Amino acid sequence: MAARGGPPGGAGRLRHPPGATARPSTVLAYLIRRLTAVVVMLLIVTLATFAIFFMIPKLTGTDPALLFVGKQADPAAIEGIREKMGLSDPVLVQFWKFVEGLVAGRDYANGVDVTHCPAPCFGYSFRNEQEVWPVLTSRLPVTLSLAAGACLLWVIGGVAAGVVSALKRGSVWDRSAMSVALAGVSLPIYFTGLVSLAIFSYALDLINVDYEPLTQNPGKWFESLILPWITLAFLYAAMYARLTRATMLEILGEDYIRTARAKGLGEGVVIGKHAMRSTMTPILTILGLDLGALLGGAVLTETTFNLPGLGQGAVRAISDKDLPIILGVTLIAAFFIVIANLVVDLLYAVIDPRVRLS
Amino acid sequence: MTSTRSSRRALAAGTAVVIAALLSTSACGGGDDESDGGNRPAGFNAATKGVVNTSTAKGGTLKFIGSQDFDSLDPQRMYYGFAWDFSRFYTRQLITYDNKPGAKSTSLVPDLATAKAEISSDGRTYTYRLRDGITFEDGSPITAQDIKYGIERIWAQDVISGGPTYLKQILDPKGEYKGPYKDKDPKKLGLKSIETPDAKTIIFKLPKPNGDFEQILALPSSSPLKPDRDKAAKYALKPFSSGPYKFESYSPNKGAVLVRNDKWSKSSDPIRAALPDKVTVTINSNADDVDKRLIKGDYDLDINATGMTQSGRTTALKQHKANVDNGTTSFIRYAVFPEKVKPMDNVHCRKAVIYAADKKALQTARGGPLAGGDIAANMLPKSIKGADDYDPYGALQNGGAANTAKAEEELKACGKPGGFSTVISVRNNKPAEVATAEALQECLGKVGIKADVDQIDGAQSSSITGSPSVVRKKGYGIIITGWGPDFPTGQGFSQPLVDGRFIAQSGNYNNSELNDPAINKLFDDAIAETDPVKAGEIYKQINHKVSDRADYLPFVYEKTITWRSSRLTNVYTADSYNGRYDYVSLGVAK
Amino acid sequence: MTINQPELVAPRAPAGQFLAVRDLRVHFPTDDGLVKSVDGLSFTLDKGRTLGIVGESGSGKSVTSLAVMGLHTAGLHGNQVRARLSGEIWLDGKELLGSDPDEVRRLRGREMAMIFQDPLSALHPYFTIGHQIVEAYRVHNEVTRQAARKRAVELLDRVGIPQPDKRAKDYPHQFSGGMRQRVMIAMALVNNPELLIADEPTTALDVTVQAQILDLIRDLQKEFGSAVIIITHDLGVVAELADDILVMYAGRCVEKGPAEQVFTTPRHPYTWGLLGSMPRLDRERSDRLIPVKGSPPSLINVPSGCAFHPRCPYGERVGAVTRTEVPVLREVGPRHEAACHMAAEERSRVWTEEIAPKL
Repeated sequence: MAARGGPPGGAGRLRHPPGATARPSTVLAYLIRRLTAVVVMLLIVTLATFAIFFMIPKLTGTDPALLFVGKQADPAAIEGIREKMGLSDPVLVQFWKFVEGLVAGRDYANGVDVTHCPAPCFGYSFRNEQEVWPVLTSRLPVTLSLAAGACLLWVIGGVAAGVVSALKRGSVWDRSAMSVALAGVSLPIYFTGLVSLAIFSYALDLINVDYEPLTQNPGKWFESLILPWITLAFLYAAMYARLTRATMLEILGEDYIRTARAKGLGEGVVIGKHAMRSTMTPILTILGLDLGALLGGAVLTETTFNLPGLGQGAVRAISDKDLPIILGVTLIAAFFIVIANLVVDLLYAVIDPRVRLS
Repeated sequence: MTSTRSSRRALAAGTAVVIAALLSTSACGGGDDESDGGNRPAGFNAATKGVVNTSTAKGGTLKFIGSQDFDSLDPQRMYYGFAWDFSRFYTRQLITYDNKPGAKSTSLVPDLATAKAEISSDGRTYTYRLRDGITFEDGSPITAQDIKYGIERIWAQDVISGGPTYLKQILDPKGEYKGPYKDKDPKKLGLKSIETPDAKTIIFKLPKPNGDFEQILALPSSSPLKPDRDKAAKYALKPFSSGPYKFESYSPNKGAVLVRNDKWSKSSDPIRAALPDKVTVTINSNADDVDKRLIKGDYDLDINATGMTQSGRTTALKQHKANVDNGTTSFIRYAVFPEKVKPMDNVHCRKAVIYAADKKALQTARGGPLAGGDIAANMLPKSIKGADDYDPYGALQNGGAANTAKAEEELKACGKPGGFSTVISVRNNKPAEVATAEALQECLGKVGIKADVDQIDGAQSSSITGSPSVVRKKGYGIIITGWGPDFPTGQGFSQPLVDGRFIAQSGNYNNSELNDPAINKLFDDAIAETDPVKAGEIYKQINHKVSDRADYLPFVYEKTITWRSSRLTNVYTADSYNGRYDYVSLGVAK
Repeated sequence: MTINQPELVAPRAPAGQFLAVRDLRVHFPTDDGLVKSVDGLSFTLDKGRTLGIVGESGSGKSVTSLAVMGLHTAGLHGNQVRARLSGEIWLDGKELLGSDPDEVRRLRGREMAMIFQDPLSALHPYFTIGHQIVEAYRVHNEVTRQAARKRAVELLDRVGIPQPDKRAKDYPHQFSGGMRQRVMIAMALVNNPELLIADEPTTALDVTVQAQILDLIRDLQKEFGSAVIIITHDLGVVAELADDILVMYAGRCVEKGPAEQVFTTPRHPYTWGLLGSMPRLDRERSDRLIPVKGSPPSLINVPSGCAFHPRCPYGERVGAVTRTEVPVLREVGPRHEAACHMAAEERSRVWTEEIAPKL
């Protein structure tokens, strides 16, 4: 956005909000402020997660160390695990060591040799004997693939269906599209997912859903993701169709749409340009937030289709009580959500000239 | 078939009811008449009766699938039964279980050793000679020192925990050795009770005799390892093979690929068939999908072998019964009564609960005769020497029906003629256990015993029901759980449950806190006995005593419904692996 | 899209008149009943003249203007409520209600343009005002973007926007209310329309700005020579601007005539009420304000007879006829008509003796 000076209004009648079209320096200051807030936010999430997992054993009287010793709980084993997991440290010490590791890396002594966990060190999973960060980075592309593809589908499908429904309000199309949307919103992923698997994978044997990375085999990558994409997109497309329809109907009642018609503009321009421009604003906002939340892991979809993404990792970590992985996924999810919020706010300033960054 | 499918699809789009029906029958047409697998399915329960599709044909890929990953691949750290079974693909021990079906599998045969141990007359010295031609995956020979080093790793519980520690308790009961990682000896061979005079000889010196010592040596925790290949905790990510296969890759919670270890030679290994060229393990987070993929033919068998899901077994039994086995697992599912929790301290109150229980209803809650198991009369599984049909409470009479009259009689004898209140503890991650708890609750209600069901975090049970003080504090009068043997003897099954010296403050399995000197003494006698048949007689006595004390209400001798793909050859269930298929013998038809 | 065909026997252009509305009816079917927003309205307007349409909200003023613009039938989607229109609207010799909607669209913005009440909501918030004016110009003129832009800046300058070249790049929210209305006016005039409809052009503005905008409209009318319709609920707005006044009540015309006549010798009790509720700058605000009591009637169940009778203080003086018969417009002076059951003399007397002195 270029900096524009507002003209001195005639006799003070012009009010020209100075920050409305922000100068680069304002944007930079804003970004710095927001990013600082993001860091603080993530620290709070980390601390909270730490506190929760620190408190749970104390509240329920259970001992996480016992999960890793097998059927024969050797006292040396329990002590060794407590020490390795840092469970004997106070929560703030654990927190500080974690933050230190994030920034500077950290060493984990396993009693024999020292495992160096380079920055960003998200911790060490004793369940899997792996550093958390590589586990996360190996799972992130799967979740990214799932979210990006599904997002593309649901935006195209949902917005198109919503616009047509709004324009043909009350028609058979509208009623059936909205019934399907209601079904889409109401049906859980594990149901629609299983149905799609039952039809396309088991019964018709058309699709093999074993995941392979894009970089290894683009064809199989696509094949393995097509059902999850459709399943996930179905849920979101339904929500987006309803949102688009409602927004579009509201926008069509706006005065400026009447103005556009009064200018003699054709209905195509009125809808396609004037109405769509306004309709897209709330859609983009929700889209940013949804995408941010999805990048933390589409738990049900990933579990149903056995996609090795962050969501599936989180589920396994929870059933394994693998605290470092849980913490890592929580942090990644929180990171994406706060970043998505920031991006949405920035985007908002770009698409809506009335919004200022302040 | 096409018309059936298209009409199904049409209906599926139409109504949820039909979709649900589709879900349970969708794989129709994939199995019974399949011609691609080469073999016809051998028939229901065929692999529990003998060897299915005997073959020596090599090649192909054996494909495991499962919803639960290994607890560890490190042979000294694994405790899951399926992991022990699987470990024979890449580990060898001095002795191992025979590659024979059913009960014959429990006999021990030499593996790395040339013969079973030479046992000294006092039963305290075991000597083995090693075979020629035994190598690790890098081609270096497996020496007696490597075997000793591998076993020593069990002592390093502070670094590599999780596995069984029997050898530590037997060879070093005072805990004098601190494990190889803290070993001052330059060769890290400081454990006194194992001697390796040369590369081919290994001698175990037991402080006191143990008739099951060789059983314990057959566990994967006795696998060899070269010290320079030991990566301590991280070793679990890529074990160094001594068996016919080696790891090409392993990714926790995703899967593993094993390929042939070309340094392994069949001539040095009489046990492992090593037929497939490749063995893959796929971990799938969707248990329903696991079964569907098995039925569809994408995979050969479920590595976890904990039984198919309800929808999976319905489809399998209905449409592909010939691919299904219904084996017995050596697990008993039962309720145990902590003697320190009132009023279960009174034997009559315990008996009242046993009589009041409708065994048929409990069996049904477990999944019925096929998926649940046979009604159990006592606490020793059939695969253990000493097991019999001792049935002091008439569990097998009247089709397992409750004996309300007797229950009321016992309540009077207990001084609670109108019944009493207690709490049933049950693991929330085991649906069948929750169902049994509710069935039991209903039975008890009929004689006035009011039982509340408390669902506990299954993953945390070792620090809840495994802690006697927690049990007393929460007032658990009835704990519902299950137990299987680590090795198929009375010591392997019963001792952790009923020997008073095994009561632990956490991770306790003697939930009743039964501590009877007579029983403890009998265990000592049985363990000192080197003749398994004689030892079995003593375990029978122990079992009868335990039954008479009424500390246990056994529900079923567990059975499972497992899938066996038509491609599989040399399939049989092995009592040595709790009724699982003997994985290392399997081959695949091309 | 279909339009209810006006019941024409022999449509023919009214001679000499630029805009002629004849027996216009705009009805909206709703679940509660038929809403008769405009019910038999006729008026004419010549080029260079200004007509003020006055009435309370809900009297049918805006519906009339939207009918002229053809905006009741444009942009109807799906099962939206369709207005039923009948009557005739003649613009420059062409009947609009029976015309092809696309033809009417091409007239919109070019032959006839409209200024809306609230310029903030009537301008698209996400487009610069320059863009919006350029768009209005280019839809009717095949010119380059640059040419259209030049024209837009010219118009902005003409309506009194300082630094129009720069301000064209600003968004509506960056303008004050008065400036925004100037933008609206510039946009309406960009194609030199022959008919300009201003619907409550000053309602959303504060008093000083109101005067400026009204001055601007008057100046522009002189300059462009267009016919202008000013729609307002405030007689004060049209007092100086309009050549003719049309007073609407419940979708019908109750009085119309030259502005001076309507102001000096109004002949309908409703007009008296409107005059009474008009704040006057030349007098002190006093308790002599006599607003019309009661609230506007339902357009679904329009009162029988004279629609004004439930609120009319003089209804009793004429008897039952006021509740049974709809009064017709009768001449009460040169080009001056009113629809009232009261005798002309009586009305004249009431006005001079009872009403006028209090104003």
